[in-house]
Amino acid sequence: MKIHNYLMMSMGVALMLVSCGQQNQSSNGALSSSAAEKVYVAPGEQDEYYAFLSGGYSGNLTVYGLPSGRMFKEIPVFSQFPTSGYGYSEETKPMLTTSHGFVPWDDAHHPDISQTNGELDGRWIFINGNNTPRIARISLSTFETEEIIEVPNSAGNHSSSFITENTEYVVAGTRFSVPIPQRDIPINQYKSNFKGSLSFISVDPEHGHMDLKFQLLMPGFNYDLSHPGRGKSHGWFFFTTYNTEEAHTLQEVNASQNDKDFIAAVNWKKIEEYVNNGGGTMIPANYAHNLYDESTHMATTTMKKEVLTVDPLKVPGAVYFLPTPKSPHGCDVDPSGQYIIGNGKLSADLTVHSFDKMIAAIEGEKFDGEAYGIPILKFEDVLAGQVKSGGLGPLHTEFDGNGNAYTTFFISSEVVKWKLGTWEVIDRKPTYYSVGHLMIPGGNSRKPFGKYVVAMNKITKDRYLPTGPEMEHSAQIYDISGEKMELIYDFPTHGEPHYAAGIPADILAPKSQKIYRLDENKHPYAVTSPTGSKVVREGNEVHVYMSTIRSHFTPDNIEGIKVGDKVYFHITNHEQDFDVPHGFAILGQNTSELLIMPGQTKTSVWEPKQVGVWPFYCTDFCSALHQEMQGYVRVSPANSGVELKWSLGE
Amino acid sequence: MKKASLLMIIGPLFLLGLYVFPLWNIMLGAPQYPDPLGLNIHISGLKGVNEFDIQNIDGLNHYIGMQTLPKPEEMWEFGSFPIVIGTMVVLGVVIGILGYLKKVNYKWFIGWFILMSIMGVLGMYDFNEWLVDYGTNLDPNAIMKLTNPDGSPMTYKPPLLGHVKMLNFDVTSIPSTGAWLMFAGMMLTLAAAFMGWKNSKKQN
Repeated sequence: MKIHNYLMMSMGVALMLVSCGQQNQSSNGALSSSAAEKVYVAPGEQDEYYAFLSGGYSGNLTVYGLPSGRMFKEIPVFSQFPTSGYGYSEETKPMLTTSHGFVPWDDAHHPDISQTNGELDGRWIFINGNNTPRIARISLSTFETEEIIEVPNSAGNHSSSFITENTEYVVAGTRFSVPIPQRDIPINQYKSNFKGSLSFISVDPEHGHMDLKFQLLMPGFNYDLSHPGRGKSHGWFFFTTYNTEEAHTLQEVNASQNDKDFIAAVNWKKIEEYVNNGGGTMIPANYAHNLYDESTHMATTTMKKEVLTVDPLKVPGAVYFLPTPKSPHGCDVDPSGQYIIGNGKLSADLTVHSFDKMIAAIEGEKFDGEAYGIPILKFEDVLAGQVKSGGLGPLHTEFDGNGNAYTTFFISSEVVKWKLGTWEVIDRKPTYYSVGHLMIPGGNSRKPFGKYVVAMNKITKDRYLPTGPEMEHSAQIYDISGEKMELIYDFPTHGEPHYAAGIPADILAPKSQKIYRLDENKHPYAVTSPTGSKVVREGNEVHVYMSTIRSHFTPDNIEGIKVGDKVYFHITNHEQDFDVPHGFAILGQNTSELLIMPGQTKTSVWEPKQVGVWPFYCTDFCSALHQEMQGYVRVSPANSGVELKWSLGE
Repeated sequence: MKKASLLMIIGPLFLLGLYVFPLWNIMLGAPQYPDPLGLNIHISGLKGVNEFDIQNIDGLNHYIGMQTLPKPEEMWEFGSFPIVIGTMVVLGVVIGILGYLKKVNYKWFIGWFILMSIMGVLGMYDFNEWLVDYGTNLDPNAIMKLTNPDGSPMTYKPPLLGHVKMLNFDVTSIPSTGAWLMFAGMMLTLAAAFMGWKNSKKQN
């Protein structure tokens, strides 16, 4: 009987094994094409890459995970952000100061992660504000904007914010040429009066602090996009140009007449040397430099009053023009630094220039004339090859580190994979629809992580459930680990992502900050001990030194405030526990709420206009007693004699 | 007797580990604390496993009316335990040396072991008393006053040893490095006593 049972059992086991094997076989077939499994990040698991997508007209930067496409955070950069109080709190308002006053919005385009030796180091991410030219630096340990510098003499800050391979400079080029210095002249005197500035902003290797080192004043073209040389071409920077016609009206026609525009090759090392030896002309300027201090939790603005300009003709051998067909848009440099790719957006073909050939042509002085005194190299002398793509409207190119390049085609809505050196097209896949930029993590560095490419599209149409006339843009993720690209996911993106930057999670995640240390809080109005809360009147101004901890404010009853007072609530979050922010809002506040991270101090101004007793409360569901986290402020008439007093638990 | 005495000298020295390593460890994990909060109990005071754990444990416990965790000066134990341990180490080493010089016999070794064991049991008893007080002496105005299914007020005594589910927290209490070193040291003195006893039988 026993033997019989064993037999039955072992047969059972064998059957199970067989059926398992069969199941595996059949699902193996499915697995090789299972897009779902490739993007599925199971609950509790984490993504392999961070992706930072610019928000375009949202002015901000959004953080996503790859391959899941899940959005983790929106980092406020150039726009007021009521969610956290960025740009509303007294501490962060100076971040948005410019020479034009408070500018609470911008058009954020091209994020770029700091590099060391041409590889991503994950210290900071930079992004440009296009409309009121600015460059921002965001910490990749706090994921907060730490610094914004305005770029004078620039307009349409578009060929920005790309960094050199040791983060020596973050470079910002102007898309629109303007009179430099700005002055009152007729627009039709564009030619020879308007100039294009290319700004080299140095980055302090320790703190990341930015300083506008010099501006190269170039002919009045449109400087569209740029990328640094790397490896052998380190020390050079490449900018695409259009409107070499120097049209000032109806550019869509008038700036599309020349068969070829240029890629400007700038030897910034040479100009740096010139500037370090006292070269250049200091001219008056007025631009804001806004710096956030993590220890005081406050931003300050410094207005800078002059800028060093460089006339390219004064530095022989510093700038050359490489003829490039059809109003080139994207300007991308391969991981080796050898190939400079100009994407002629009005053509079907890609133009690839060779760095070695360019150097040889310069050394051989084989010029094809000049433009405003800047030597033009012969197209044939610098050309490495052309990619006959069969697509239309090439825009941007990224690299996988395995000798392949991936180019987006706006008009024909596709990504085309091609081989560097042979220029043959390997694969093409449609995008949905009208793709702009694409991004491979590290895809514009010496060391790309060629596993996924994200295509960011301009038009959404039917990809998601309709949400009225206005819809989010759409992005697609392709697996590029094989010979052919495979579309594996489609997800909506916030704002209008132009460019993006990706980085392996294992570089950033371990150093992501969890709290701010209360014992390092140097905010002048911080309450760092539980007994330090107080209310101080200085004429019409009242300063409330308030602290929060689960689940109460100290103090939570305040009397003696009068109509016409300007009440500053300086709130310090005493939590030292990860992910326990407290919020603050008071009825009738003419500004946003505050969201205060553990150990942080933020300030909101309230100008009560009506007599009464007005409540304030915590806006972030912090704890089981969150609903009880509230308080009252008694507001008396302006002439009242009610004494200032405050309390908790009395 | 020489080997036994050497063991008797080395064994008590293991107790010095208590000045560096925690005696006991209590970990508190919950769904919203995937990285659990932790309490290391040293002979000289309580320390968080991570820097702000004590503050965060106190913060959570105030909802159920528990007292804050004691600072070293708030409990006599944290002042006297280091002295007791130090005294026992010196005493043990002296006994070992005297044994080596043949001034005392193995019975002194046993004596030290028994004394240390009594101290240990008393220490555990005292520790448990504190846990009972900590977990049951609750603020009558506590924010949350929870009751057991039988209607009795819920108390929150952490286990002396092992795991208990307490509201949303999984509480695990186990001896830590210092205790294991102490245990190993005491075992060495026991071995010393055993070897000394064998030796004395041989000589007889």
